[in-house]
Amino acid sequence: MQEIVMPFNNQAMALLCLLIPLLPLIGFIVNGLGNRKLAKGMVSLIGCGTVLASFLISVYLFVDFTANGSRAYTVDFYNWISVGDMQIGFSFLIDQLTLLMMLMVTGIGFLIHLYSAGYMSHDENFGKFFAFINLFMFSMLLLVMGSNYVMMFVGWEGVGLCSYLLIGFWNKNTNYNNAAKKAFVMNRIGDLGFLLGIFLIFITFGSVSYPQVFAEAARYTGGIDSTVMIAITLLLFVGAMGKSAQIPLFTWLPDAMAGPTPVSALIHAATMVTAGIYMVLRSNVLYVLAPTTMEVIAIVGIATALLAATIGLAQNDIKKVLAYSTVSQLGYMFLALGVMAFDSSIFHVLTHAFFKALLFLGAGSVIHAMSNEQDIRYMGGLRKYLPITFLTFLIGTLAIAGIPPFAGFFSKDELLAHVWEHNKLMWGLGLLTSFMTSFYMFRLVFLTFFGTFRGTEAQKSHLHESPISMTLPLIVLAILSTIGGFLGIPAVFGENMHLLQNYLAPIYGYAQVANAAAVAPLHIEHSTEWMLMGISVAVAVVAIILAYVMYVSKKQVPAAEGTKLSPIHNLIYNKYYIDELYNAIIVRPIMWLSSIFHKVFDVVIVDGVVNGVGKFVVQSSRTLRFAQSGAIGFYILIMVVSIALILFLNFFIG
Amino acid sequence: MNQIPEIIRTVPLEYYLFFSTALFAIGVIGVLTRRNAIIIFMCVELMLNAVNVLLTALASYRGDATGQVFVFFIMAVAAAEVCVGLAIIVMIYRNIRSTDVQLLNRLKW
Repeated sequence: MQEIVMPFNNQAMALLCLLIPLLPLIGFIVNGLGNRKLAKGMVSLIGCGTVLASFLISVYLFVDFTANGSRAYTVDFYNWISVGDMQIGFSFLIDQLTLLMMLMVTGIGFLIHLYSAGYMSHDENFGKFFAFINLFMFSMLLLVMGSNYVMMFVGWEGVGLCSYLLIGFWNKNTNYNNAAKKAFVMNRIGDLGFLLGIFLIFITFGSVSYPQVFAEAARYTGGIDSTVMIAITLLLFVGAMGKSAQIPLFTWLPDAMAGPTPVSALIHAATMVTAGIYMVLRSNVLYVLAPTTMEVIAIVGIATALLAATIGLAQNDIKKVLAYSTVSQLGYMFLALGVMAFDSSIFHVLTHAFFKALLFLGAGSVIHAMSNEQDIRYMGGLRKYLPITFLTFLIGTLAIAGIPPFAGFFSKDELLAHVWEHNKLMWGLGLLTSFMTSFYMFRLVFLTFFGTFRGTEAQKSHLHESPISMTLPLIVLAILSTIGGFLGIPAVFGENMHLLQNYLAPIYGYAQVANAAAVAPLHIEHSTEWMLMGISVAVAVVAIILAYVMYVSKKQVPAAEGTKLSPIHNLIYNKYYIDELYNAIIVRPIMWLSSIFHKVFDVVIVDGVVNGVGKFVVQSSRTLRFAQSGAIGFYILIMVVSIALILFLNFFIG
Repeated sequence: MNQIPEIIRTVPLEYYLFFSTALFAIGVIGVLTRRNAIIIFMCVELMLNAVNVLLTALASYRGDATGQVFVFFIMAVAAAEVCVGLAIIVMIYRNIRSTDVQLLNRLKW
């Protein structure tokens, strides 16, 4: 039996740890208050500078952490909530997982801030935009750094709020506002599950602080798959479903593309939507105690991956394709969690953050050049006009398609190898998803960058490569997408080459004690692994060739709006009518119920009571005022009688 | 100084009670039945003095000077009140050539 290593208290790091989320918060306050007053240069300096500083401090913490023997520690600030036995401290937990997320959030966050400085430069609410994304950075850092579930929940709600604010950033457009509301409401549904999960954790373990909960869970005597464990993990997973856009709560994410492109890249692709995965990973000890939940997660994951990939095949909006691809990749990550391949999941989170941020920023660069045109039917041949964007976008696409040696290949291959060990059917579906991903991504590349330009003359004359502040993040992310995969070199290329796996091993300490079998490292035959690798690469290449033949050789262009499509094409073009379905079975009944409540409860009962009180007072006063007759004798008589009555009551009754 | 309470105590307490109750009742009836503002005013003074008598008597029977202090307060306030009240009555008389309170019924509803 393995010893449980509790994190030690390390107040020496208090200031540095506090500065990491605090700096973006200061940026938020300064930029938010100075929205129209500060010069744009100043706003971008503050916005990017604070995040860069956070990133540098995170790097320092990482170096310091590794130099001091990689021991997890907590930093306490103050006792935040104290009710009876419940003590919730405002404190941070710094361990391998936190540091990884911090580096990812602040690093990619900085690049996207830098990009936004160029992308949003023509926007009148430049300061507001930076204020919101700085607030997002603050909330996200709180989410990953907090040392208890309540702090995670605060960050969780904070990122949800920022997501809402930024989706509806161009709030003069009603559709965008509706998309923002949809995202907010769908997230709330998930949050309810998350909150109930936290309550249940508190009831079961008597604490919400990670070290205590996990230590309790590691010693848990209820056995594997006890009802309460399944309930906790499923409720937490409902929260993850909302935030990470899984079936059935995924429809908000594609609509969330209404926000500015850097927001799509930062919040709706690279960081916020991976919060669900972070949460499951953080609670890994609870999840290994509930294999049934894991099975559910795997099924939801693969179903989401497959469904979103099929929808992605027929979308014509450059950002929508990427959005569905994000949903699909998130499904992959949950699939990995479901088969208890935690390392592969976080590995894919990391590589996905690189290449999906890259793809979104590339798409932003294209949209910028195309004067806000997002429909790929009106693009084409952009390779010549946007060389840097093209090259970096191509790297991102190769990475997501899983072509070696780009980042996506390593993470996806490792993930699929675990799935293969777990369940061959799921592996087959995963491979199918991988095929479709590769196909629609290259469809996107070919339609956008190859062939001839299909837009208007005005757009053509305006085509230009983006400024340096936009291309620099693209280049950096392209490099990361290329080399990021080498963090996790599979065992076939040499033992102990998987840096990420070695690095993250300590975070499963509790799970080792609770259910060692579940987190045992995967030992897969080298020949099998070679075979799996070969198959997934072959599938990706076939998809690319297919896309090339269809969209470059035969010069096909997706049908224009209003043309008659084949039934299946129509079905996936309309996203399986899921939005319409939700509208019919959930939104309309609720609307109907609300209108009933409005008409009966609100208008009749509540208004009736309020107006009734008013009317009663008016009516009774109208009658009573005649008592004020002006006859002084009468007043005095009433006074004397009243005093006599009071005295009488006092003496003989009271 | 101890003499005054002792002198007061030569009369039994009940007598004081009956006397001041009667005085107070006369005052109340006067206020309720008379229409002349000056008479009403005098009746109010009667009631105040009924209370004063009672306070003085009880204070000396209980051997506690507080009640007597209150009497001085009441007398001072009553003097001030008379001053203001009579002035008002004089003004009313100048306006309506009468001090009948029944005529003053314009302030209603």
